[in-house]
Amino acid sequence: MDASVVELLAAAAFGFAGGMVGGLIGVGGGVLFVPALVLFLDQSQLEANSTSLLAIVFVAALGAWRQHGYGNVRLRDALLVAALSPLGVVAGVVLSNNVSERFLELSFAALLVLIAVRLVVRALRPAEPARDG
Amino acid sequence: MKLAAIGTAAGAFSGMFGVGGGTVIVPLLILWFGFGERLATGTSLAAIVLIALFAVALQGAYGNVDPLKALVVAVPALGGVVIGTAVQQRLPERAISLMFAALLIVIAVKLVVG
Repeated sequence: MDASVVELLAAAAFGFAGGMVGGLIGVGGGVLFVPALVLFLDQSQLEANSTSLLAIVFVAALGAWRQHGYGNVRLRDALLVAALSPLGVVAGVVLSNNVSERFLELSFAALLVLIAVRLVVRALRPAEPARDG
Repeated sequence: MKLAAIGTAAGAFSGMFGVGGGTVIVPLLILWFGFGERLATGTSLAAIVLIALFAVALQGAYGNVDPLKALVVAVPALGGVVIGTAVQQRLPERAISLMFAALLIVIAVKLVVG
């Protein structure tokens, strides 16, 4: 690895922030790991996507264990969600090795905007009775 | 059936974008299953462990994974996730949704602008 000390520290800071975000909103942290790997550790989008997954395994495992302690994990539902994911993963990995990186970036961006809009709409609507939060 | 559909979609995004699929799992658990934000995020993390494990094995076979660089971001992230989950327990659930949305928009803009 030929990154400078500053680049390593910046990547580590993004990593910390990614873990924090992961704990706060239930994602693995890839949304920050990927840019850190591209911007500071000289990886291509595809390499960063892949390397990020390895970091996510550890972070999500620790986060899930903590959330389980807080009573916020439905293990059975998590297993069901994960059960059929290998089919999707195979399709996604093969696709990502056969389309342009710009297309990946733009499609990722479009997906994120779509999800964001739906969450904001939901969070801002009037509260339902007997709903906690 | 719906849970399995969420898993398949999450897996595809995981393989394509290098995210564990949480960006798909959390909103769908909330919107389709009426999970509260905390329950959705906790359950999402548990599913992500398995999904990312499978995806990284495949991408590793393509030679796209750099374990050393993964450690540079993962080690500090372990501290971050412990703090993040602890802080989350004290937040109103709507705030979790709004933070989620804000972060997604920022990342999307960065991706498009480059």
